[in-house]
Amino acid sequence: MTDSVKRAAETPDEPMPFAELGMKQDEYDRVKEILGRRPTGSELAIYSVMWSEHCSYKSSKVHLRQFATKAPKSEALLVGMGENAGVVDIGDGWAATFKIESHNHPSYVEPHQGAATGVGGIVRDIMSMGARPIAVMDALRFGAADAVDTRRVLPGVVEGISSYGNCLGLPNIGGEVVFDPCYIGNPLVNALCVGLLRKDQIKLATAPGPGNKVVLFGASTGPDGIGGASVLASATFEDESQAKRPAVQVGDPFMEKLLIECCLELYAADVVVGIQDLGAAGVSCATTELAAKGTGGMKVDLNLVPLRDPSLRPGEILMSESQERMMAVVRPDDIPAFMAICEKWDVPATVIGEVTDTGRLVMTWDGEVIVDIPPGTAADEGPVYERPFHEPAGQAALNADTPDRLARPEDLRATLLKLLGSPNLASKEWVTNQYDRYVRSNTVLAQPADAGVLRVSEVMEGAEPTTRGIALSTDGNGRYAKLDPYAGAQLALAEAYRNVAVTGAQPLAVTNCLNFGSPEDPEVMWQFAEAVRGLADACRTLGVPVTGGNVSFYNQTGSTAIHPTPVVGVLGVIDDVARRVPSGFVADGLRVVLLGDTAEEFGGSEWAHVEHHHLGGLPPRADLEAERALATVLVEAARRGLLEGSHDLSDGGLAIALAESCLAHGVGATVELTGDPFTDLFSESASRALVVVRPESYDEFASLCGRHDVPCYGLGMTGGSSLVVRDVFEVSVEDLRETHTAALPALFG
Amino acid sequence: MSAARVGVVTFPGTLDDQDAARAVRLVGAEAVPLWHADRDLKGVDAVFLPGGFSYGDYLRCGAISRFAPLMDDLVPAARAGLPVIGTCNGFQILCEAHLLPGALTRNASLHYVCRDQRLKVEQTETAWTGAFERGQEIVLPIKHGEGRYVASEDTLAALEAGGHVVFRYVGNPNGSLNDIAGIRNEAGNVVGLMPHPEHAVEELVGAPSTDGLGIFASVLKNLVNA
Repeated sequence: MTDSVKRAAETPDEPMPFAELGMKQDEYDRVKEILGRRPTGSELAIYSVMWSEHCSYKSSKVHLRQFATKAPKSEALLVGMGENAGVVDIGDGWAATFKIESHNHPSYVEPHQGAATGVGGIVRDIMSMGARPIAVMDALRFGAADAVDTRRVLPGVVEGISSYGNCLGLPNIGGEVVFDPCYIGNPLVNALCVGLLRKDQIKLATAPGPGNKVVLFGASTGPDGIGGASVLASATFEDESQAKRPAVQVGDPFMEKLLIECCLELYAADVVVGIQDLGAAGVSCATTELAAKGTGGMKVDLNLVPLRDPSLRPGEILMSESQERMMAVVRPDDIPAFMAICEKWDVPATVIGEVTDTGRLVMTWDGEVIVDIPPGTAADEGPVYERPFHEPAGQAALNADTPDRLARPEDLRATLLKLLGSPNLASKEWVTNQYDRYVRSNTVLAQPADAGVLRVSEVMEGAEPTTRGIALSTDGNGRYAKLDPYAGAQLALAEAYRNVAVTGAQPLAVTNCLNFGSPEDPEVMWQFAEAVRGLADACRTLGVPVTGGNVSFYNQTGSTAIHPTPVVGVLGVIDDVARRVPSGFVADGLRVVLLGDTAEEFGGSEWAHVEHHHLGGLPPRADLEAERALATVLVEAARRGLLEGSHDLSDGGLAIALAESCLAHGVGATVELTGDPFTDLFSESASRALVVVRPESYDEFASLCGRHDVPCYGLGMTGGSSLVVRDVFEVSVEDLRETHTAALPALFG
Repeated sequence: MSAARVGVVTFPGTLDDQDAARAVRLVGAEAVPLWHADRDLKGVDAVFLPGGFSYGDYLRCGAISRFAPLMDDLVPAARAGLPVIGTCNGFQILCEAHLLPGALTRNASLHYVCRDQRLKVEQTETAWTGAFERGQEIVLPIKHGEGRYVASEDTLAALEAGGHVVFRYVGNPNGSLNDIAGIRNEAGNVVGLMPHPEHAVEELVGAPSTDGLGIFASVLKNLVNA
């Protein structure tokens, strides 16, 4: 029997399964207060998913506000936080929209589909801004590389991203693969998508205009992913993850490809008033959010939703997270044109309701009213928690346990090879060769380059030509953030910012994916609060606003949380993409120059991790002014054509940067160090980069560095078939390559 | 003289169509979009079947596209001598349509592979490879999960004897029999290959090679001389 609004009013005391849907007693009481009666089963479904941690940001909201209150003034920002994705002005009438989002929990339960649908979801977010998606990248974290479960999770995740992204025709241009035992029960799959659109063609998730039709289009609705947001992403894993398998969605990349082309044709025909993708919380989310941001009312006949499984009940239809679905608001006169375009692309489309001015979201099932709520109460007025937080009990001891006590190596050549062949620093070709990096023919730089670079020209037919390009990088270091979440978040931003700048692009805007344990643990909440504060402060100093992002809590198994892992994505723009700086040593006879100062900083370093399994002390100092000056020099030098190649210094320090620079084009180098060789080679001090310049350009480059107070050290020259560190060691590029490329295939086949 | 017109076909799920069209334009020809559902070749001088995942490759790759209305016109035109090339999914479609022999199956590694691949040009007597030197080594990217060329022993023997192997891998990436990367039909107007020439046509983007231009230059030369 259908639980109608009428019936709910008549049976006020009927117990409702709110706890099973992840809702707390006081939250349930608030729903009753809003409605003045008990909710129907369908209304409960809507509130439970919309007020889940995943959809409502109820634990993070009070902290995330800093991204707005501390935001630097930016003329580039066209759409900020709160929409499906942020939009930035990249010049010549073009805008870029980008966002990173987590799909961590599903990827542990079912790695292939979890990761695949993570890509699908973020791509639809970008589409719903009116943009053509043009590239993806993924920041991945796994347990120890040699752990048994990593052999289940990693190949599945990579295959999921590969099969979905490749089939969509989106180049995968970068990302990260990091291993640490802390992620063994909670791998992180953070998917980023970037899209391009004309500045004047931004679409928003809004349903204005009473009488306008609400169209559901794309795949039909099935029982997959029911309650995914509330069940999976908003609670800590105990031991019943097998029982949660049905909550993971299944992806259909072919349908998504059709949806992309269909949406772009719909936009071009100007038959879309408002649009929203169906992601977490499916129809519940799309209807409440569209209605809340529009005229305020909507009526929907749920019987009209096309179903893959005819036995689905209204509450299940509302919660289903079936993939590849979109919802559009369309003027009645435009419906025939809208339907014709959908038909051309074989995309099913159904009018399921219309916009009203009643201020209520009303849904019917078999002629009975089963939902009658003010949509804003579900979409925007969810609970807000000021969760208690305090510094973890062991934090001071952790910081006091510095790497000073660790034995320093005698044989630095052996140390280099050991690090270069360790899973975190080894070549990720085994992963990235499974991704199409060329499709759409705009890929200027892709992995293993510091940042992915795309040309903007020709992405849309009929648009005037531009020489511009965009650069993107994601970075994050959980070990640094564990030692100091404030500095760790800043270092994540600094590295992504630097990676964009070394290609010659000016960093412009930020997206972030904040991966943490349970917000109900005050120590985790402290990590979160510190990381957000650090990131917001750093964004202000570097002048790059946060445009959007995602919070993923409950990344913990039992009481053990992952390292706090803020992953930061930075987007930059380069005026003339032909001036981009390639990665590494591109030719013989170039001067090798180190930019930035090196201090003895080994807290959280790869060396301490690989050689001593040690994590303690403090991370490298985040000097944001130095970071900004370095970027200014890199961008200006690229613009003047002074740089032949570049590479940022990060994990593993100068030694790894030198080795990777040699490997990039098979060109050796001879360099000389001035300080303690171990510190010079392996310290992870931030704000440093390695560049190569033509000898005749060196003076001009050095004076540019001088003007911006960027320390600049000539280390030596490129050339030969070995990396020679004078008086320390010599290793052939061939040996470097062998060590670098053998590690992952040895682990994963 | 008006520019040669090269049709570029889009099936649902085709991905490299814009890339192929751009490459066609780069050599000075006109790229004419052809839609799978139209029985209309628009009078083009040659046809490029691009890569992608037509119909999601949910059945055998290319098995559904073969039945597209456009193919009803394309197959007889190809048999009558129209220059046709299929790359990646396009090659798979040509095999499914029996314009070329053999089949493309799952890579021996069982993984999708994207990499810059060395190839040897074995045959220049085709509509699409005349601009290369016989025996020339070139680099084109490959990106496929199902690119392992297989055929019966008789078919292989006939391909080799007739000189119908057009490209061979140098360092076999997928387990293809006889290292076959691309083949031609008897007449030489139809060529299929797994690598992607359209992603190796500009210095700035794509693979670190512009060897793909040779494919487009070849058909253009062929059309101009015809």
